[in-house]
Amino acid sequence: MTTPEPAGLPAGYAPPAPGTNAPLASPAYRSTGGRAPSRPLVPLPPGLHELTGPLFGADRVRPGDADLTRGPSGEAVGQRIVVAGRVVDADGRPVPDTLIEIWQANASGRYRHDRDRWPGALDPNFTGAGRTVTDAEGCYRFLTVRPGAYPWGNHTNAWRPAHIHVSLFGRSFSQRLVTQMYFPDDPLFFQDPILGAIPDPAARRRLVSAYDHDLTEAEWALGFRWDIVLRGPLAVPFEQPGEDDHG
Amino acid sequence: MADLEQPGHAQPGHAQPDSAHHRPTVMTSGATFGVSPSQTVGPFLHLALGDPDEALVVPVGTVGGIWVRGTVTDGNGDPVPDAVVETWQTCTGDAAVPAGFVGFGRCPTDEDGRWAIHTVKPGPVPAAGRRRAAPHLAVSVFARGLLDRVVTRIYFADEAEANAADPVLAELVEPARRPTLVATATEDGYHLAMRLQGEDETVFFAL
Repeated sequence: MTTPEPAGLPAGYAPPAPGTNAPLASPAYRSTGGRAPSRPLVPLPPGLHELTGPLFGADRVRPGDADLTRGPSGEAVGQRIVVAGRVVDADGRPVPDTLIEIWQANASGRYRHDRDRWPGALDPNFTGAGRTVTDAEGCYRFLTVRPGAYPWGNHTNAWRPAHIHVSLFGRSFSQRLVTQMYFPDDPLFFQDPILGAIPDPAARRRLVSAYDHDLTEAEWALGFRWDIVLRGPLAVPFEQPGEDDHG
Repeated sequence: MADLEQPGHAQPGHAQPDSAHHRPTVMTSGATFGVSPSQTVGPFLHLALGDPDEALVVPVGTVGGIWVRGTVTDGNGDPVPDAVVETWQTCTGDAAVPAGFVGFGRCPTDEDGRWAIHTVKPGPVPAAGRRRAAPHLAVSVFARGLLDRVVTRIYFADEAEANAADPVLAELVEPARRPTLVATATEDGYHLAMRLQGEDETVFFAL
């Protein structure tokens, strides 16, 4: 891993359009109640730390990390799926060499985690975690099983729609994103306060993958395409103290 | 932009793109793409974000190595046991970059809301407007119940002079709230209590 050269840094990253991100205090998602900050966020003029970020290379990933279906004693249970797409910034530029980490419930909707008490069956061949690095074009690909929906205590008869948690670093601290990918036409969307907290319906749809028959592998796995868009840089360069004044 | 409309990396032997089945998931509006929204890490983040090695920004035993420790508590003052704290720093001091320096640290909180990373203290950091910031770490906190990460900074109490001239700490943060960003010295490094909400709520920034 290396730190990017400070030269040529943007002045900052354009904020997402209003309505893209959920308000931190979103009462329908009850856990925000005690945790969402109550004071307004203080606007931060970005410095070197906000304009750079860790660049993880292939050294961070072991062979097989992008395949979640192979367990110690055989294949994971469930519908085998390919999840693939492209990571770009808001200007459409590919984001290459960026680490993507995913975690998810198994086909029964159960996480391999001590705190998950939902009595869905555990699968000894499914840990539910994977990682990969995007290629030069920003493309990524995982092989996994389709996660199940699971109940939770947020409201009466609450069920999380099937989803995969996804973490991305982008090229800078300002582009860091942790989000969730959903599956098309899930009937549980209407009652989910986490996806539903996103104000703009078009932004919500960006978290929903599309069935893609071109990604589907004959006699092997169904394909879902999901492209991810990170914040894009502002055009004006970041000028560091002591740099010559070119004016 | 146009190439996003095509499958990015169809593999040999696969059928050619069929517009009836292929729908790009990225919606375009004008010249730019809409950004993918953030979602909570949920309670099971440890499955992917909890590798103990990631707490070591530099290897234990590095000359000048310090432990930066902290706690995360909620609006009731209760520990947050399902958060993950990430730190990022460039190596901008006068000293040579220590062997094994990765700049990035990550540690999930334990049952008592505690976390710790092992690092070296950064030097002054180039800031906006050709100024210099006091030594600090850039910090993200993710947790169940946070629909987006919250961004904060960790400054160091023994840098009083630099802190007093810092373009963010001294100019954008009201005096009464500044201590929420300043870690105090301990036997082996520094400590900072972070509170997501309520009295003495940590200052969080909009990037």
